[in-house]
Amino acid sequence: MFKNLMSWIEYRLPFTDKMNLHVMQYPAPKNFNFWYFFGSLAMLVLVNQIVTGIWLTMSYEPSAEGAFASIEYIMRDVEYGWLLRYMHSTGASAFFVVVYLHMLRGMMYGSYQKPRELLWIFGMLIFLVLMAEAFMGYMLPWGQMSFWGAQVIISIFGVIPFIGDDLTLWIRGDYVISGATLNRFFALHVIALPLVLVILVFLHIMALHEVGSNNPDGIDIKRDNDGSVELTEADKKFTFHQYFTRGGKKVIVDAIPFHPYYTVKDLVGVAGFLLVFAFVIFFVPEGGGFFLEPPNFEIANPMKTPDHIAPVWYFTPFYAILRAIPDPLLGAIAMFAAIIALALLPWIDRGKVRSVRYRCELHRWNLVMFCISFVVLGVLGVLPATPTYALLSQIFSFTYFAFFGLLWLYSKNEKTKPLPVRLT
Amino acid sequence: MMKKLLSAVALLASSLAMAAGPSIPLDKAPIDLHDKASLQNGAKLFQNYCLGCHQMQYQRYSRTFKDLGIPDDIGMENLMFTGEKVGDHITNSMPADYAANSFGVLPPDLTNVARVRGADWLYTYLRTFYVDDSRPFGVNNKVFPLVGMPHVLQELQGVPYQAYETRLVDGESKEVYVGIRTDGSGELSPEEYDRAVADLVNYMVYTGEPSKLESHSLGIKVLIFLLIFFVLAYLLKKEYWKDVH
Repeated sequence: MFKNLMSWIEYRLPFTDKMNLHVMQYPAPKNFNFWYFFGSLAMLVLVNQIVTGIWLTMSYEPSAEGAFASIEYIMRDVEYGWLLRYMHSTGASAFFVVVYLHMLRGMMYGSYQKPRELLWIFGMLIFLVLMAEAFMGYMLPWGQMSFWGAQVIISIFGVIPFIGDDLTLWIRGDYVISGATLNRFFALHVIALPLVLVILVFLHIMALHEVGSNNPDGIDIKRDNDGSVELTEADKKFTFHQYFTRGGKKVIVDAIPFHPYYTVKDLVGVAGFLLVFAFVIFFVPEGGGFFLEPPNFEIANPMKTPDHIAPVWYFTPFYAILRAIPDPLLGAIAMFAAIIALALLPWIDRGKVRSVRYRCELHRWNLVMFCISFVVLGVLGVLPATPTYALLSQIFSFTYFAFFGLLWLYSKNEKTKPLPVRLT
Repeated sequence: MMKKLLSAVALLASSLAMAAGPSIPLDKAPIDLHDKASLQNGAKLFQNYCLGCHQMQYQRYSRTFKDLGIPDDIGMENLMFTGEKVGDHITNSMPADYAANSFGVLPPDLTNVARVRGADWLYTYLRTFYVDDSRPFGVNNKVFPLVGMPHVLQELQGVPYQAYETRLVDGESKEVYVGIRTDGSGELSPEEYDRAVADLVNYMVYTGEPSKLESHSLGIKVLIFLLIFFVLAYLLKKEYWKDVH
């Protein structure tokens, strides 16, 4: 009976074949390390955000009059409402933690290089939508930081010549940030952007499976089947979907099927991640004032500017770049350029060797300097803009962009180390 | 609009300069969320001294009673004064514009005040009022200078004033602020007053996050579960990966 049903479905939707293609017989390099956990963890957090978000929506009231009180209602009167809310608020920060580490992984092992440019672009689009999603979500509690943070960020669009004023008006839907802004941000936060996000994640994975996963050595696991490749016993052990072998034109070396090997390995990553995640949710949900900022426990008051407006931590590296340049228009351009430069990495990097393991020494230090710049800018973005900090912001904004400039210069004729023939 | 952003940035910079915080170091609030007696005393103090002007409009009486172990009938008799129902929010009946006129600013809702200000800030603030005749209510505050709030706990603390001592600073003798002293007219001794304020702060920390009472014990269970899950997942992975290595 069950078998009949399955074959009835199979005839109309090739479920088994698709599962084999993407999961059971998907060839994954066998040498994934710690850095390869963050893709699956980002998916986990996305699911967490969607599920907790749906339940929060059931009790949230998207209006300037009722939003703040409805959050307190969720925190006090809804059964386990506090847990749902903390899972969602901590999830927002966790999302950026795993996505930043995921992006760093791509930079370390050159995962953006040919033929994975489109995969990288989809990833950058996900990052952009995620930032918009987080920004709009942060407005919904209608606390002081929701209001004033939005005030600062929306005003950034106002620096665009000629259309700036009209553009901010169009974004707000009002002359000031008001209930109208809150309502449209709610609509975008719960429907439009999550929908786009899910579609982009789907495309990201489809693009990944088309070109195949990169690995810490940055060498291809799919080779031409011209008799030059010696297959080991281990290579012959597993069957991969014929789509990847192009019907025998390709051979696959040093690979293992995604399931069960990486599903069980990712399960360990999930458990490790959840330990940290749960600790924050149950014991330090405010994340030291970085995940939930103290002024946001006070209802939005347009007449009272908070002492210190700082965006949430995941925006601060870019915010520091914005502030580093005294001219607002140039500052905004620099901030967007910081993101666009990342998106253009596949073309800025002219190297042929992918992994930092086999690239020149300068590349290693350039990457280290980039990470330092990003973290220091993140810290500076939280701190008040004193003259010293402003100078530091300028210095580290420079080193942030210098990464891309240097990379473009040295990658053309780079002195690389010899690549291994097989994965190490 | 560029001008607007510039002024916003300037405003930001100037407001950051003011964000230096109180002029005196904050005292650590000796609070314990598991101390029911302290929370109950805090609730009593809140109802008697704060509720006249401040509300806790997001917290229900019934929730306070349940979490603090106060039977409803005893709570209604001792902590509810104006005939509310036990499921009502903790509000007062002062009209907003009257309050704003009286104090220059609407007295803020205190449900979340401990999450906004921090327990140490509240603990220090409520113990550093001092006599200052230049102020409308005759008192000023060390933590929140020029605050619009009168010293409502004065009958407990007594009349507070700033104490100075002559001390040698960099070779010069100077008058140095050494703390708040009282004239002894209060109902409580200085130690008792500190304890009472700590209880009140304890209660406000509780109302800021009632779920905290539950989240820690639930959190321990979740972490233990996840730890076991982690070990099992790791063993499962090791078993499968025998084929690969």
